[in-house]
Order: sequence, then C-alpha cells, then structure tokens
Amino acid sequence: MARTVAFFTDTTLCIGCKACEVACKEWNQLPGHQPTFLDSFDNTGRLDEQNWRHVQFIERGTPQGTVAWSMMSDVCKHCALASCMEVCPTNAIIRTEFDTVYIQPNVCNGCRDCIAACPYNVIGFNQDTGLAQKCTFCYDRLQQNLVPACAKACPTESIKFGDLSQMREVARTRLKVVQDQGVPNAQLYGEKEYGGLHALFLLTDKPEAYQLPRAEHAVLPSRNNVRGYLGSAVTAVLGILGAVIAFRQRGEG
Amino acid sequence: MTEHFVAPPLWEWYIVWYFFLGGLAGGAYLIGTLLRLVGDPRDEGVARLAFLVAFPAMVICPLLLTLDLGRPSRFWHMLIDSRTGVPNFKYWSPMSLGAWALLFFGLFATLSFIEVVFKEGYARNAPARGIASLMSGGFGRLLMIVGAVLGLFIAGYTGVLISVSNQPVWSDTWTLGGLFLASGLSVAAATLVILARGRSDTASTEGKLSRADAFFILLELILLVAFFVTLGALASRLLAPRWLVLWALVAIGTIIPLAMTRMRSGRRGAPVLAGLLVLIGGLALRIVVIFGAQM
Repeated sequence: MARTVAFFTDTTLCIGCKACEVACKEWNQLPGHQPTFLDSFDNTGRLDEQNWRHVQFIERGTPQGTVAWSMMSDVCKHCALASCMEVCPTNAIIRTEFDTVYIQPNVCNGCRDCIAACPYNVIGFNQDTGLAQKCTFCYDRLQQNLVPACAKACPTESIKFGDLSQMREVARTRLKVVQDQGVPNAQLYGEKEYGGLHALFLLTDKPEAYQLPRAEHAVLPSRNNVRGYLGSAVTAVLGILGAVIAFRQRGEG
Repeated sequence: MTEHFVAPPLWEWYIVWYFFLGGLAGGAYLIGTLLRLVGDPRDEGVARLAFLVAFPAMVICPLLLTLDLGRPSRFWHMLIDSRTGVPNFKYWSPMSLGAWALLFFGLFATLSFIEVVFKEGYARNAPARGIASLMSGGFGRLLMIVGAVLGLFIAGYTGVLISVSNQPVWSDTWTLGGLFLASGLSVAAATLVILARGRSDTASTEGKLSRADAFFILLELILLVAFFVTLGALASRLLAPRWLVLWALVAIGTIIPLAMTRMRSGRRGAPVLAGLLVLIGGLALRIVVIFGAQM
C-alpha cells in the first residue's frame, strides 16, 4: 500500500538507551562492528553500513558551568531530493512506493559515489558484501504494514513513525510545547532541507551541533556540474590554442 | 564554504592511477590529433607515438575502475540498467557520463591504434588495412577529431566527478576539472617527449612538444592558484604536514620543467629529465587531491 512515511525523532525524549540501534540490527541482521570500549558512551561512532541508527551523545556546556548531554538517534533522512540518488550511476538507489530512499542490493555495484554525495554521513561501504548500505526504512516491514523496528522499540517514543503530513503536525505541536516549557533554542529540522526530509528532528541546539548541515548548506552535488565542466571547457580551449601555436611553429632539424 | 558531514568514499590507489592514466590517454590522443591537423609531415612520427601511447593507457582505465568496485562483476551496471536492460544514462552524474565517454573514447583510441600499428608495419592483415584506410581519409580525420574531444573529456571529467559530491574540498572548488585536464595534457606531452627518444623520426617535433608542455604547465599552475584561492580556509586541510612532500613534488614537477623549457638547456637529457619530473608531479597532484580530502 503506497503511502508517504516519515520518522519524527524528538531529541528531548531520547535517554540514550540505544534500543533503536539494537532493534535495527536485530531486524536487519546487521552483525555490527567489533565493539571498542573506553572511548565514550557513544561508541557507535557514526552511521554506516552496520549502524543504520546511531544514538549521538553530544556533550555541551550549560549556563551553570556543568556539562550536559544531548542525545539524538540519528538515521538516514530519506531526503525528497536525495544527493545519493542523484549521483548513483547504476540506478541502484530508488524511491520506493513509501517515498523512502532504498539501495537495491541486487543492483548496487559498490562504486561508492553515493557515499561522497551524502551530506549526512549516512551511507557506509560493506567490505564483505561489496555494497553501499544504509537504513532501508525497514522496507520489508513497511510492505507488511508494520512499524520500522527502531520506532517500535523506542521506549520513550522519542522516535515516532507515521505519514509525513501527520509527523510534521506532531513535530510542530511538540516544538511549541517544548518552547513553552522554556527551551528557547528548540527548533525543527527537516522541513526545508533537501526538499523536505522523511526524518524530522526536534533539536535543542543549532543543527551543526548534531552534525546536520544548516538549511542554506543543504545543496545537491549537481550544483557543481556546470561550473566544473565550464572550467574544464575553458581549459580545453586554452590547451588546444597553446598546442596549436606550439605545433605550427617550425620544428628544428 | 558549504558545511557538510560526509564520509570518505574510500577511493584510493585504483582511482589515483585511473585519474593519471585517463589524463595521459586523453591528452596523448589530443596531441596526436593536433599534430596531424596543424603540424607538418615531419610530426607524423610523434603523432603515431601519441596514438600508440593513448591505447594501452586507455585499456588499463576500465580495468582499474572495475577492480575498484565492490562488485567487479557488476561493472556493466554502469551502462545498462540491470532490471530493465535499457541503457543507463544520467548526464547529471559525471560517473554515468564518464562510463559512456570511456566506452566511446576506447573505440576511437582502438581505431587509431590499429591504424598506426598497420602503418608501422606491425600488422598487415585485411581488417587492419581497412581500418587504416578508413582513418586516413577525410572521414578518418573527423573520427580523430571526435576521439580527441572525447579524450579531452576523459582527461578532465574526473575532476568534475569528485566535485559533483558533497565531499569537503572536492565540492568546494570549480577548478578540479580544468586542473586535471591541464595536468593530463602536460603528462601526455611529457610522456611523448620521453618516448620520442626511442624513435628516429621525432627530432623536429620534440621542441614543439616541449613548448606545448610549457603552456600546459602554465595553465596548470594558474589553476593550482585558483584551486587554493577557491578553497580559502579549507586549503589548510590539504596543507597539513603529511601532504607537504607531495606538494613539493607537484611544485618540482611544474616549476622546474617550466624553467628548463625557458632556459632551453642544450643538454640532451634535459627534456627527458623535465618530462620525468612532470610525470612525478602529475601523479603527486592526484594523490594529494584524492587522499587529502578523504583524511
């Protein structure tokens, strides 16, 4: 059943339990990386081919001089205008009937162009399978009308799932509540960026604190096509001109 | 500067060598074509050499690209949609465009190679004779010009490919396509100067090649300055101590050969030495740009 789905991740409710990460790995049969310890509570590090949810633990100073944690369960944003999809030369990356962005494992040839394109550091390269991998939005569960594993497992309902329009509504309502409770920096992320994201976030700090580019920086790789080719074309013309001048001169000997 | 949080695509040595050989193959094909179009008959020796160089350099390119894939057996997915069987062509994706350009450039490079092999007397069979006669006429010239345009594209699009991303450094400058193209032309001219020593019919062209290379190097230096200017503060990433040796090689591979051409050293080995420095500099440039942005 086709529908336009979205996540709404409310960072003010995240307690850093990582149930989303575990549920995601369980359902999607992701073995994960070898664990490393003694670094920080955020030992997942980043989203990649094994981690399709990543609970960021961000330390920041408070006005009282203490250190507070901001936690955010990060995930693929399933952008309406997706950089990964734009550059993919094999058409392995498609938009599904749920308006999500999906890498078809039987089509991807592991060129990794999508990894350089994703502005959210989402996609990773699986050395074992030779494929680019990321969150599928639990495509198989959506097809069975089930809630994605991460949203299902989240004990505090920090991760909400539903239709995009409904999630936007929920997010706006929640933003107002949080602002009224005295969090002036609270803001929504994902309504404007890349044509509107299918993963909205309620943040309590500026986007870049969560490794999210600000709206004015949410630009597609294709922005560089014209100027890149133009630079090459001018160089080509000058190069030909130089060569012609050199080659027309009388040779020695 | 655009602020993004991007993971490195792990494009490493296969890609470095592809960028280098793509520049050499495309550049050599253009030089061969221009020597035939605007040079005098005595330049034919170097023109042939250029087509002899372009072909093997071109042949290695798709092999390197295929080996770099996570699934090499799916290399053809670059050209054909594996679900529908229809050609895959996304003009806005330089990787897609480049796959097609490489295929067609390969065709022209092969034709010109066979023509030269026939004319040099290495192959005397009927198909080679047919191709040689096709490439010798007016239509052959047209084919050569189309091949040269594709060669130019191959030499330069690699820079555009890495720019058409969200990778800091690569996507923050418009200069990489031109820079790799100028460097590719320079590397091709330098390679021909070195290899021309092995032939007896190239003496009158060597000077022309060196003068052309001086111009290519000048273009490359201008684009290098533009590269750093456009990067602004981000350039510091590429100027970290670990990259300074490579930048020194880039400088040595551009400034010294340029100075040597200007001084017109009478020593017989000077052009070869200058050519070798250009090759080293061209490779160093690609290493530092590719690895530097990913670390």
